[in-house]
Amino acid sequence: MSFDFVSLTNVIISGVLTGLVYGLMALGLSVIFGVARVVNFAHGEMMTLAMYASVILFSAFELNPFMAVLPVAAIFFVLGYGLQRWIVNPFVTRPEHTQFMLLLAIAIILTNGQLIFFGPDARSVRLDSLLESIALGPLLIDRGKLYAALVALGTAAALFSFFRFSRGGTAIRACADNWLGAKVVGLNVKQLYALAFGLGSLCVAVAGSMMILLVDLTPSIGPGYRLLAFVIVIVGGLGSMNGALVGGVLIGLSEALAGMFILPSAKSMFSFALLIVVLLLRPRGLIGGQR
Amino acid sequence: MNPRSAFLLAALAIALIALPAFANNYFLSVATLFLFFAYTGQAWNIMMGFAGQLSLGHALYLGVGGYSAAALYFHYGIGPWAGVWVAIIISIALSAFLGALAFRYGIAGVYFTLLTIAFAEFARIGFDHLSWTGGSAGLFLKVAQRDRIDLVNLRGPPAMYYYAILALSALALGLSAWLLRRRPGYYWQAIRENEEAARALGINTVRWKILAVVISAAMTAVAGVFLAFYYNNLFPEQIFNINRSVEIILGPIVGGMGTLFGPIIGAALMSLLTDGATEGVAALGWDIPGVKQLIYGVILFVVIVFLPDGIWPAIARKLKLKR
Repeated sequence: MSFDFVSLTNVIISGVLTGLVYGLMALGLSVIFGVARVVNFAHGEMMTLAMYASVILFSAFELNPFMAVLPVAAIFFVLGYGLQRWIVNPFVTRPEHTQFMLLLAIAIILTNGQLIFFGPDARSVRLDSLLESIALGPLLIDRGKLYAALVALGTAAALFSFFRFSRGGTAIRACADNWLGAKVVGLNVKQLYALAFGLGSLCVAVAGSMMILLVDLTPSIGPGYRLLAFVIVIVGGLGSMNGALVGGVLIGLSEALAGMFILPSAKSMFSFALLIVVLLLRPRGLIGGQR
Repeated sequence: MNPRSAFLLAALAIALIALPAFANNYFLSVATLFLFFAYTGQAWNIMMGFAGQLSLGHALYLGVGGYSAAALYFHYGIGPWAGVWVAIIISIALSAFLGALAFRYGIAGVYFTLLTIAFAEFARIGFDHLSWTGGSAGLFLKVAQRDRIDLVNLRGPPAMYYYAILALSALALGLSAWLLRRRPGYYWQAIRENEEAARALGINTVRWKILAVVISAAMTAVAGVFLAFYYNNLFPEQIFNINRSVEIILGPIVGGMGTLFGPIIGAALMSLLTDGATEGVAALGWDIPGVKQLIYGVILFVVIVFLPDGIWPAIARKLKLKR
């Protein structure tokens, strides 16, 4: 096997940067689960929807994804809020499998709606300004990946500070810890659930807007990213926000290394193996486990 | 069973047995697929409907069963009657492993479901790279002589496949009814309703849950063998796809989980609706991929929101039948 230290470092950097975008996507899933206790089965499909929104804004208005991310995120926040408020909320007290089925149905409708609406052709957004890599000595850093990772990191930081410092964030955390207690002290639990779902959707919208710079988009990639998000949050710990980011970076890294050393097409097999091992050894995830 | 239900069941059986005499090949293929999903739905129903363990990875057993029998036939000429036992044994071993790992480590609910998906996906990508079974390019069996019935190698005209899957569905119904009225059925329902209470009563919940998973998996593997010899081709991207797992569970969910006839009614309704819709869409001249799945999604959504118990309990009440 021929590899040298420089190309290995390049692969690691690329894996970590992609992993941060994965992490933001998974963070959305984790916020939704952590608060409303609902597994968003439509997560990957929502991300492809955000990616299509970016593609359309780019081709129609020449709005590049770093600008388009703002309206897309705002729309997704509203959509997520509405989805939880009017469709999912009646289901939070129903058995788990019913919630699963509801969101799975939404996922199927989204994927095939996209397939019917946008067709099966691959789309992408390529910005000329991102073509040139940044050279750091012998290392080459992909500009698109770097900026995407920075946006993901910034969004995650904003979300963390919202949860830590704002009244709304504190209320959501109270709700996640003990919804009955939250209700007793007068918080509007249903609205806070909807707010959490909106924030989770916002994360996935930002992640999608960045992901369009990194991969080609077809309607059929949604389920793959949904599974990827599951793998990440379980590895990191379902409901743990730090865990989602750490899990994202871990999976990004393992995919990049598996692509280099084994087979690029077998990279997700590696992730699923990691998932099975983590589920068996630490079912609550690497960072979760307070419950 | 009251006389009314016995009469209806007998009428249904006669209609299904007589059907190939009246149906053309297209209708027969629709009916075969309906029975296929009635059968797999009943298999899944044992695990989820009876024992309350949600699997979204049943495509795993379909694929492993289909691939093991098809590979034996392809490489060594070993026919499906021997191959099906290999498929059953492999799927029992696999599902017992999955069940034992999950239940011993206390993986339940969401985590268990995600584990079943992970196993199926793992197998899908694994078979993509397994050259012995043709990898992602697929495994092809010699296409059957459609005019001669060769029961030994399960090669023959469409009506033969129809009767094969009809027999399997009838056996599955009999097995489900028998299990439900014996010790396993009562234990499973106790576990489904309240696992803690079941354990407090002295039921070894881990062992009984594994039994449900194993029976369900073995039955699904047999369906995989049928699928392999019916279509004569296998692709990991298709047979292990999570969409297969979803199609398997639609019948029981739409029809009514945990009931005996729910999976069958649900599968019949789904076949009628989706084929009717596909035909209708084709007749309108819209040849758009995804319409059929979109209809699946909409039906699933409507049923979950408005009829969370499925349609069979509602029908049974109307007809004054025992559920």
